[in-house]
Amino acid sequence: MKPEESATTGADLLVKALIDEEVEVVFGYPGGAVLPIYDSLFKQNRLRHILVRHEQAAVHAAEGYARSTGKVGVVLVTSGPGATNAVTGLTDALMDSIPIVCLTGQVPTHLIGNDAFQEADTTGITRPCTKHNYLVKAVADLPRSVHEAFYVARSGRPGPVVIDLPKDVLMNKHDYVAPQKPIEHKSYKPRTKPDRALLHQAIELMAKAKRPVFYTGGGVINSGPNASRLLTQFVHMTGFPITNTLMGLGAFPASDPQFVGMLGMHGTYEANLAMYNCDVLINIGARFDDRITGKLAEFSPNSTKIHIDIDPSSINKNVRVDLPIVGDARRALKGLIDIWQKKQPRTDQKALKAWWKQIDEWRGRNCLAYKQDAETIKPQYALERLYHHIKDRDHYITTEVGQHQMWAAQFLKFEKPNHWMTSGGLGTMGYGFPAAIGVQIAHPDALVIDVAGEASIMMNIQELSTAAQYRLPVKIFILNNQYMGMVRQWQELLHGGRYSESYSEALPDFVKLADAFGATGLRCTDPAKLDETIQQMLAIEGPVIVDVAVDKAENCFPMIPSGAAHYDMLLGPADRAARPVSEEGMVLV
Amino acid sequence: MTSSHTISVLVDNEPGILARVVGLFTGRGYNIESLTVAETNAAEKLSRITIVTAGTPMVIEQIKAQLDRLVPVHKVHDLTLEGAHIERELALVKVRSSGEKRVEALRLANVFRAKVIDAKTDSFVFEVTGTTDKVDSFIGLMSALGLVDIGRTGIVAMTRGGEAL
Repeated sequence: MKPEESATTGADLLVKALIDEEVEVVFGYPGGAVLPIYDSLFKQNRLRHILVRHEQAAVHAAEGYARSTGKVGVVLVTSGPGATNAVTGLTDALMDSIPIVCLTGQVPTHLIGNDAFQEADTTGITRPCTKHNYLVKAVADLPRSVHEAFYVARSGRPGPVVIDLPKDVLMNKHDYVAPQKPIEHKSYKPRTKPDRALLHQAIELMAKAKRPVFYTGGGVINSGPNASRLLTQFVHMTGFPITNTLMGLGAFPASDPQFVGMLGMHGTYEANLAMYNCDVLINIGARFDDRITGKLAEFSPNSTKIHIDIDPSSINKNVRVDLPIVGDARRALKGLIDIWQKKQPRTDQKALKAWWKQIDEWRGRNCLAYKQDAETIKPQYALERLYHHIKDRDHYITTEVGQHQMWAAQFLKFEKPNHWMTSGGLGTMGYGFPAAIGVQIAHPDALVIDVAGEASIMMNIQELSTAAQYRLPVKIFILNNQYMGMVRQWQELLHGGRYSESYSEALPDFVKLADAFGATGLRCTDPAKLDETIQQMLAIEGPVIVDVAVDKAENCFPMIPSGAAHYDMLLGPADRAARPVSEEGMVLV
Repeated sequence: MTSSHTISVLVDNEPGILARVVGLFTGRGYNIESLTVAETNAAEKLSRITIVTAGTPMVIEQIKAQLDRLVPVHKVHDLTLEGAHIERELALVKVRSSGEKRVEALRLANVFRAKVIDAKTDSFVFEVTGTTDKVDSFIGLMSALGLVDIGRTGIVAMTRGGEAL
């Protein structure tokens, strides 16, 4: 047999292993060290390769794919700069617990450590930004490493896994070993089954609650669509109010009367005050992030806290809880429903009624109110109109990072899980557009919209070329205020209005830019023409950039200034001068 | 509130494992007072890492949870919380002196049951084993008697009684 006819080079084994893991799409960019893999890809038609224009975008696209499908997103990049470019995406996936397997090329084993061309210490660099990583030094270890990587990436609290593949390993030959199912790992054993006795205790606490609130996060989404269904069922059974984190939006239908909106720094007045005043707090799959808690010493000071999380290290990290339960959200919810149904606890209806009355009073403040005039488009208005036109269509929303992201979270309504992808933990500008590409690849017929700011979109604008190549009808909806809006807002509120370097100088003409990449560009500056522009965008079949000129000075409210407590919210521009931010708060981001 | 804990971690002896553990401590701002590592089970390729760290109870709990989250970590045991255990440290202590000081160094070494493992006409290298306190006090005494060099292993520890970790 001639060598080129052999089907068992490391690269071929890799492709076979990916197919066995039911991978359909790989987002990548070729280079010297991964040429054998690209050669193997060329010779088959089971795996589809999507060529991005920058490796960071490959990871974000894989994240979008993973978050909208629940599958593992797969990335393929070359050694050195290919791997280092992927680092931001990997960190993003780690922070938001997104299952990713990233294959990186590496110089041949005998050159490792010699500062060879395009060599980087990839496992060293990615160690703190992955759930786990592998350097495969022998072709015999390759298939096992791949199967193990997929298992680690998708099980427990999901996350990114890197497999570093030296070029000689990709070219050496070996027999393929199919994965063993179910995989038993000798040391990695995530705890998914919650302790039944603790679930009983949780139900007892909930049954006695006078002012309860559910606070749920991305863990429910990661646990699969069934977890969201069970959450909805359980929240309905109890009649308690529920708030979601930025990552958890969509796990409970936003239109449901029991939903009090998102909580946290830019959350609703009613959600944050419910958190502050509650007596029993039920956290499912959220991690008491600093954007949620505000001032820790005054975070929900009088509540008994129940925390259900699959990751034991998330428990008692920032906030000490009274009843920690380690387990998968879906299994925990199933158990809770089961116990509730059996016990039929008699909740304190009088107290709950008073609690809802209080919440409705807070709701009455209408904390998301804004004033639209005939002159300039308010960003909130643009999003309300956008939602009006898309709400009856199957749609997925991604965002970049900043004011537009928070407005999107506030003004778009999320009824279903896996339809909202945003960079929550890392806050990566440039996330939304490549993520939208990944979503569109997974759902070719769906409406995918990247809500963007004019500054963020510039960070991965090169991906217009990818969208054009694959004819992906992604819609980029830019709220253009000519500022890095959130930076400008903080400079206004915290730094005496000294807008240091936050003006978006020398912006491109987005309409012409779209044209240059074979997409369609639309611009809207007049509130009266906004509906027409959105309808036009939705009618166009290919990729569209909509440049919406919005009010440059609009700030995102409500806002809990950094270092402040939940009750200390700024509700609008009039609030701003009353309470200067403490020095303690100034150092926080 | 801050107290010292001795944590025993059983890990796969694979490349990069120490970097994972140490990187976790530096990345999350925990402190390491002492760290020892060596393979303890060649057949199963397992190493035992003994870490002495200090923190509030909440931080210690977090350190253990974070260690347990590393994929190649099999077991994490807080020996300080899990009942009686013993700790030992070994130090090599080099002393250069002559006359009365040299004699005194040798006599104290005897008191501490330190062994002479190298001797020249003007120097000794002592090997001393014991708790950190004992090693500290031996070194303290030697500093007045011509101490020139110290090498310490850091703490290794084990639970009392017949049970394995």
